[in-house]
Amino acid sequence: MTTSVPAPLAARTPPLAEPSAWHGISLIVNGRPVTAQVEARLLLSDFLRDRLGLTGTHVGCEHGVCGACTVLVNDEPVRACLTLAVQCDEVELRTVEGLAPADAPLTPVQRAFHECHGMQCGFCTPGFVMTTTALTEQDERPDEEQVADALSGHLCRCTGYRNIRRAVCQALDERFGE
Amino acid sequence: MKPTSFDYTAPSTVGEAVALLGDEEREAKVVAGGQSLIPMLNMRLARPELLVDITRIPELGRLHVDGSGKLRIGAAVRQARAAADGAVREGWPLLAVAIGRIGHPQIRHRGTVCGSLAHHDPAAELPTAAVCLDARFVITGPRGTRTVGAEDFFVATFSTAVEADELLTEAVFPPLPAHHGWAFEELTRRHGDFATVGVAVVLERDTATDTVRSARVVFCGAGPVPVRLPAVEDALVGTDVGEHALAAAARVALARLAPADDVHATAEYRREGAAHLLVRACTTAWERC
Repeated sequence: MTTSVPAPLAARTPPLAEPSAWHGISLIVNGRPVTAQVEARLLLSDFLRDRLGLTGTHVGCEHGVCGACTVLVNDEPVRACLTLAVQCDEVELRTVEGLAPADAPLTPVQRAFHECHGMQCGFCTPGFVMTTTALTEQDERPDEEQVADALSGHLCRCTGYRNIRRAVCQALDERFGE
Repeated sequence: MKPTSFDYTAPSTVGEAVALLGDEEREAKVVAGGQSLIPMLNMRLARPELLVDITRIPELGRLHVDGSGKLRIGAAVRQARAAADGAVREGWPLLAVAIGRIGHPQIRHRGTVCGSLAHHDPAAELPTAAVCLDARFVITGPRGTRTVGAEDFFVATFSTAVEADELLTEAVFPPLPAHHGWAFEELTRRHGDFATVGVAVVLERDTATDTVRSARVVFCGAGPVPVRLPAVEDALVGTDVGEHALAAAARVALARLAPADDVHATAEYRREGAAHLLVRACTTAWERC
């Protein structure tokens, strides 16, 4: 039996205008090693979208209010727009693209959002899905208050919260039992 | 928007960090979780030339209870970690609850306890909790290390006793002895918002007389710094926190509080809210004594 080593994910590198102000980072993104040179001011959200082509992480408000850019850093949901790429050296990062590969079935969380129609325009969905994924990875089922606290970190401007809530409950039921 | 251009360095010792902050050639800012700083960078309200990331300094990642029973939280300790820590929840529940009211879990996973304190938004939860719990702050700079009490630490909105070339390395919280009860109440428009107004209360019960022996009452969102009101504390001491005592304390708070009008609320609304929260917080704190 052979273990396959995940192929590195290539990062596009723009021309280095001032090489002294660039910093090398190495991290794991969706299970694949990434090394890149980044400018200090580059936000993690822009690094993911513009440099790695992972445009599933959406950018809404860009100051930490809307939650659309939420990704998992070392398994914890954080705002990619309030994180500098340069601070992500040696972290393990997951984005919505890392949940289910194109040829694989949806994860239970994704399936729950699909089945409960936990979205309208879909812009906020990747953020909600990543936070919900983290909730399902806890050791114990989060209580109502913890679920509300976690979801309050996301805005859905279509205001489809009722179905989002149903989707989260379904995902938690599936993971922890009803 | 995107931040302006700056350089970045992540030193591995406090000495290196302080040397970088003291460099007169470049305007440097400390970054740890960045949950207050990065929005300001994104909106270009802050334009530092250098960010000094202190999260790679091992000693600043410590959270422990020292030999004299004090809780010591290093500058790189994230809020989520502090709020989930067993010793904090057991011994400093007011702190754990106040942290839980900061933003959302997605923010608290990155933001640090000391970062919120050093940033000092006067509507934030932690500065008020720190004053109520009589915290002390360890500050290191080119002139050495000094310790500042909570009431001298918060100078004005977004301003603390930490000078530009200094680093807040640790926040120290004394233990809450027996027969002390606590409460933290706040009024927010939405879950996770900064407090429109809020109050932290610690009461000590005199078990012989079943009355209040001492009280600490501190408001947030009520001025440019956390507002401690000794007159309200005096109104509570010696009472049984009954209806009359609570009404008297609320009257004093209404008379003494002078919050500002802003887009979020009028001064009058804040004052009224603060008086109601005070009654609720004192009742809860007394039950916990």
